[in-house]
Amino acid sequence: MIAVGARPRMRRGVLLRYDRVRERHVLMYPEGVLVLNDTAADIVAHCDGGATVAEITATLRLRYRGVRDNDVAAVLDRLAGRGMIEVDAHG
Amino acid sequence: MAEPPFGLLAELTHRCPLHCPYCSNPVELVRRADELTTEQWRDTLTQASELGVLQVHLSGGEPLARPDLPEIAAHAADLGCYVNLVTSGLGLTEQRMADLAARGVAHVQLSVQAADAALADRIAGTRAHQHKIAAAAVIKSAGLPLTVNAVLHRANHEQVGPLIELAERLGADRLELANTQYYGWGLVNRSALMPTEDQLAAATPVVRAARERLAGRMEIVYVVADYRDAYPKPCMHGWGARQLTVAPNGDVLPCPAASVLPDLELDNVTRRPLAEIWYESTSFNAFRGTDWMREPCRSCVRRDEDHGGCRCQAYLLTGDAANTDPVCSLSPHHDVVTKALAATSEVFTMRGVS
Repeated sequence: MIAVGARPRMRRGVLLRYDRVRERHVLMYPEGVLVLNDTAADIVAHCDGGATVAEITATLRLRYRGVRDNDVAAVLDRLAGRGMIEVDAHG
Repeated sequence: MAEPPFGLLAELTHRCPLHCPYCSNPVELVRRADELTTEQWRDTLTQASELGVLQVHLSGGEPLARPDLPEIAAHAADLGCYVNLVTSGLGLTEQRMADLAARGVAHVQLSVQAADAALADRIAGTRAHQHKIAAAAVIKSAGLPLTVNAVLHRANHEQVGPLIELAERLGADRLELANTQYYGWGLVNRSALMPTEDQLAAATPVVRAARERLAGRMEIVYVVADYRDAYPKPCMHGWGARQLTVAPNGDVLPCPAASVLPDLELDNVTRRPLAEIWYESTSFNAFRGTDWMREPCRSCVRRDEDHGGCRCQAYLLTGDAANTDPVCSLSPHHDVVTKALAATSEVFTMRGVS
């Protein structure tokens, strides 16, 4: 699992936007589109390469109730597995 | 009710400086005089965006052959679409690339024909390879992510290893090693393009080792033609399900190869609104869902998974688009595929050259 001190960012060529037609946030990348739920979109929006996983988790706790320690990291793991998010090797 | 489409393949032109014998463009190419105008493309993109399209692939032919490419790309980007340029790289100067990047092109897919320059130029039917190497550098210096795409076939399959090394040298983020799909010119040349069992067996460990070595640096997508699979590919993720193609003349196609289907009445974006074509047209509803299916698809547990395979392949190989894709081992026509795997020829018919 991604480390709590890692600073995730969107990979080059990946864009986040709100789609008015589907009324959902989406990640657009070279080969396709990934439709996000609201919490995942909120997490991705904080992946700027500056904030750590722990900081993003703390931010999400201000907005959503019942965010557990591993929730954010689990979403980031799935997004990293799909090539949307990356962290530096030393992160 | 169908869902809105995610992607639009915009075939801006069929004109191309290359003559690759595997080209997926139809054998009947659209002439320049019949191409949509700049304003018609802008309107098409606006309609596509309103319909739900998020991703626009600017393709061809060679999209750089259109002088209005920057304007078309900018319009797609201004609509909020992800703009992907699919190019041979010929004519992609540093200035043009910088301009396209500034206007919102987000990613470039560059084709290469082989790693060896002489072989690559023979396959392209022109001296193209050196221009591609230069184009890759220009794409990288514009700061855009680069996918290198190489279509594999019998004449270049041994180059899998060298192609991986070439893509690395070019700084590709991603490499697609895609075996030829047998449509358009690819079908014309099938017996000269079909890789041998030995070639395929030799490539597998090379790709596996490179994937391990390059993990996290360069993604490698390796696709083998479905002729050797037990079940067909889930073509287009289903007919009229996720993507549409607009041909250079404005014909709207459920799949890029669909112009071969003789009974399919195609609508044109200059004569009917795109949303109406997507949701209501005969062509987009012809093979939507599962109601059109015959046996063995109709009662098959895989019918929602592979959607009966490819309608164009079913037509091209069995003469009827509503048949099960004959690639499927359950198809009563499967022997046409088995026979095609055995046929060999050494002669290429080059695209657009007779």
